[in-house]
Amino acid sequence: MALQFEVLGRFNRARAARLTLPHYQCQTPLFMPVGTQGTIKGLATNQLEEIGCQIILGNTYHLALRPTTELIDELGGLHEFMNWPRALLTDSGGFQMVSLLDLAEITEEGVTFRSPVDGKPMLLTPEQSIRFQNQIGADIIMALDDVVKTTITGPRIEEAMYRTLRWIDRCIKAHEKPDTQNLFGIVQGGLDPVLRDICLRGMVDRDLPGYAIGGLAGGEDKDSFWRVVAQCTASLPEDKPRYVMGVGYPLDIVVCSALGADMYDCVYPTRTARFGTALVPAGVLKLTHNAMADDIRPIDPACACMVCKNYSRAYIHSMVTKDAMGSQLLSYHNLHYMMKLSRDLHSSILHGKFPEFVCKFLQNMVLIFTLHIDVFCCLKSTHIHDAYDHRWDIVNPLTVTTGQLVLLDLSLHPAPRF
Amino acid sequence: MKFVVDAWSKGGGRAGVLQVGSCPALIETPALLLSTRKALPNFIPPDLLRSLPSPDSRLLQFSPLHFLEGPSANTISDIGGVRSLVSLHEFGFAAIPRDSTAILPEFDCTNKLGASFNTPSGRHLLKPAEYMRMLAAMKPDIWASLSDEVPSRATDKRNKLSVDRTVKWLDECIALSPPGTAGFGAIVGGWDALERQRCAQEVAKRNVSGYWIGGFGLEETSDQITSQLLRVVVENLPEEKPRLVSGLGLPEEVLRGVAQGIDLFDSAYIHQLTTGGFALTFPFEAAKRHSISDGMSDGTKINLRADVYRKDTSPIMKSCHCYTCMNHTKAYINHLLNVREMLAQTLLEIHNTYHYLGFFQFIRRVVKEGRFQEFHQEFIETRRGHSRVVPADDVCA
Ligand SMILES: [Zn+2]
Ligand SMILES: [Zn+2]
Repeated sequence: MALQFEVLGRFNRARAARLTLPHYQCQTPLFMPVGTQGTIKGLATNQLEEIGCQIILGNTYHLALRPTTELIDELGGLHEFMNWPRALLTDSGGFQMVSLLDLAEITEEGVTFRSPVDGKPMLLTPEQSIRFQNQIGADIIMALDDVVKTTITGPRIEEAMYRTLRWIDRCIKAHEKPDTQNLFGIVQGGLDPVLRDICLRGMVDRDLPGYAIGGLAGGEDKDSFWRVVAQCTASLPEDKPRYVMGVGYPLDIVVCSALGADMYDCVYPTRTARFGTALVPAGVLKLTHNAMADDIRPIDPACACMVCKNYSRAYIHSMVTKDAMGSQLLSYHNLHYMMKLSRDLHSSILHGKFPEFVCKFLQNMVLIFTLHIDVFCCLKSTHIHDAYDHRWDIVNPLTVTTGQLVLLDLSLHPAPRF
Repeated sequence: MKFVVDAWSKGGGRAGVLQVGSCPALIETPALLLSTRKALPNFIPPDLLRSLPSPDSRLLQFSPLHFLEGPSANTISDIGGVRSLVSLHEFGFAAIPRDSTAILPEFDCTNKLGASFNTPSGRHLLKPAEYMRMLAAMKPDIWASLSDEVPSRATDKRNKLSVDRTVKWLDECIALSPPGTAGFGAIVGGWDALERQRCAQEVAKRNVSGYWIGGFGLEETSDQITSQLLRVVVENLPEEKPRLVSGLGLPEEVLRGVAQGIDLFDSAYIHQLTTGGFALTFPFEAAKRHSISDGMSDGTKINLRADVYRKDTSPIMKSCHCYTCMNHTKAYINHLLNVREMLAQTLLEIHNTYHYLGFFQFIRRVVKEGRFQEFHQEFIETRRGHSRVVPADDVCA
C-alpha cells in the first residue's frame, strides 16, 4: 500500500481527509480533471498547479495507443513525460474500449476489441491493463472491471459483478509496483442492492488501498444513483479513500460527499468549456448566448480565478467556439470552479459548517430553479430580480429537488437509514 | 509616444528606444511586435505571456477587424479600450488593419470608398471613418492609417491608384485621429519604386508620429526588390520617426529590413512556425552555426512532428530559458502534436517568441557595437552555404 488516508473531520457521513500519495499530499473531497492524453485542454502544468489540481487522470487506452506505454516507461513514466509533479491516476482502459469501440466484446479472458490503428483484433486482459498502468506509473491505478451500462438489467449485471471480482484477483496478482502505485478495486453490481452488497464484501475482503464505485453516471436516474453511492459508502472501510467514477456535476459531487465519498473525475468541466459553457454558483452560464455579447461583467463576479479577474463575458463570448484561447480560458475558469468546490467541501466539513455550505450551495441553484417554474411567492422579491436572468441556463429542475431531498434526508439529519 | 534613435551601425542598421503611452518601460528597437488574435497571443495564455522577456515582449499588434466578431466598439469602449479588454495594462498596442494570417487585404475588391479585407467572418469593406471609429473605441497606442495594399503583380496603373487612395485616406484618418494615440502614415505603391517614392514623399509631408510600410508578405517576394523598395521609401522619410513594416518575418527578411533602417517588425512568421509544428533553433552567433547535416533542419528550425523526436528527452534548445525549454521535452511536444493537443501550440509559440525576441536583442547588440553589416553578411552567407545546417541545440549547449 503506497498511500495514507487520514480522516481529519466529519459531518455525519461526510468526511474531510488527507490523502498522502507518492507524489502529492491531497485534501479530500477532491475532483480530478481528466487529462486523457497527458495534457488538459491547452493548460500548462504550472497553470494546473495554480488552479489547485491535486490529481490528474490519464486514460490508459489513449496513452497505450499514443505515445504507447512502453515509450512512457522508457522515458521515466507519465509524471516525467508531462512534467507533472503532483499525483496521477490512470483508469484500466476497459471503459474506454467498451464506450468508444462498437465492436468490443467481453469474455472471461478480457476485453476483445479491434485496434483503431490497424483493425486487428486485440485483447485487453486484467494482466495487460495492470502492465500498461505499471508502465505509466500513476499514483493510483484502477482494476479492470466488467463494465455494464446501469440501464441494462437482468443476468448480465450479475455476470459482470462476479467477473469483476474474479478479475480483481488477477489484477492484484499482476500488479508489480504495489510499493509505489495503489491499486483500487471497483465495486460493480448495477442498481441491485444485493449484487452491490456481494461485490462490496468481496472487495473489502481483498483489503485494497482504496475503492471505487463503478457502473454509475451512465444515464440512470438520480435517485438510484445516490442510493447506490450511499449503500457503497456505508459498507466500505472508513480508513480508505472512496472514489465515485465518472461523476463531475457540481451537485452530484456535493451530494456524494455528503454521503461519504472522497474522489471524483469527469471530463464535464473541460468538455463543456469547449462548447462555451461556464460553471457558476447558479449552475451554468452559456457564454455563446447573444445576451453575453455586451455583458461587461466577469463570468462569475465572485470567482477569484485569473480569467474572472481579467476578462468580461463579452470578450469570452467573442472567443468561445472560435478561437483556441476562448476554450483555454473557459477551461481554466471551470477547473478553478471545481477545485474551489473541492476546497470548500473540505474546509466546511473540517470546520463543522457542512450543512451551512450545502444549504448555501443548493440555495444558489434552487433559487434559479424555483424562479424557472414560477414559484415567486415564497422568495423575497429583491432576490428574484437579482437572480431572474434568462441568461442562466437551468439545470434539470428535477435534479435539484431530488438532490436537495436526498441531502436533507440522508445527510443533514443524524442517523441516516437505508 | 516617444522615439529616439541612439545608435547607427556603419553600412546600415539603427538602434533606438520607443516609449508608448501605457507601457512604462522603454522598448528598444529594432523590435518585434507580437501578433495576436483579438489582442491576446494566439496560444499563449496571459499568465504565461508574462514569462517572456520584458519589456521586449510588451508590444502587441492586433487588427481592429478581429473584433468584427465582437465585442462591439461600444462595449470595448465601455470596458476602457483594447488594453482593458485583455487586461494587459502594462503592454503597448499597435492597431494595423491586416494581421497577415486571418485578415488579409483583397485588393481587387478595394474601391475608392474603402479597403477590402478577407476576414474569418467574411469579406469586409473598411472605410476610413469606420476604421477611425473603431480606433477611438479601442484606443491603441499606435495605429497605421488605412491603406490600399497591392501585391507585386499589380499593374502600374493599380500601383498609382493605391498611392492616391492611401494618401487621401491618410488625410481622412488624421482628421479623425483619436487623442492620445500615435498615427503612423501608411506607405504603399506595390513593386513600383517610383510610386513607393511618391507615396513616401507625400506621407512625409503629413503630421504623423511614424510610418507604416505595407505591401510585403502578400505574395511572391524578391529579396533584391524588397531591399530596393525599402531603401527608396526610407530615403524619403525623416530620420527621427519610427518605421514599422508588416509582412517581413523570416530572419533574413528582418535583417534586410534592419539594414534599410526599419525599427519595428510585424509578421505572421512565429504564428506560421507554431501552427506548422516548428521550433526555431538557429544560433545567433556566427561561430556557432556549424554545418552538421542530419537532414532534420534547415538551420533555422526543426519540425517537432518528425519521428526522430519521439524519444528525445532534451528540450528544444538546451541553452534556451523559456518556459517550454525549462519544463518540457521534444518527446512530449512531439506527442502533443501527434495527438493534436492544443498545448503543443502553446508551448511552441512560447519558445518561438522567446527565441525570436532573443534574435532581435542580438541584432540590437550588433547594431550598437557597430558591426551589423558584417553580422548581416555573415548570416546570409552561412545560411546560403549550409541550407542543411543543424541541430542548433547541439552547438548551443
Ligand atoms: Zn473564474
Ligand atoms: Zn525555448
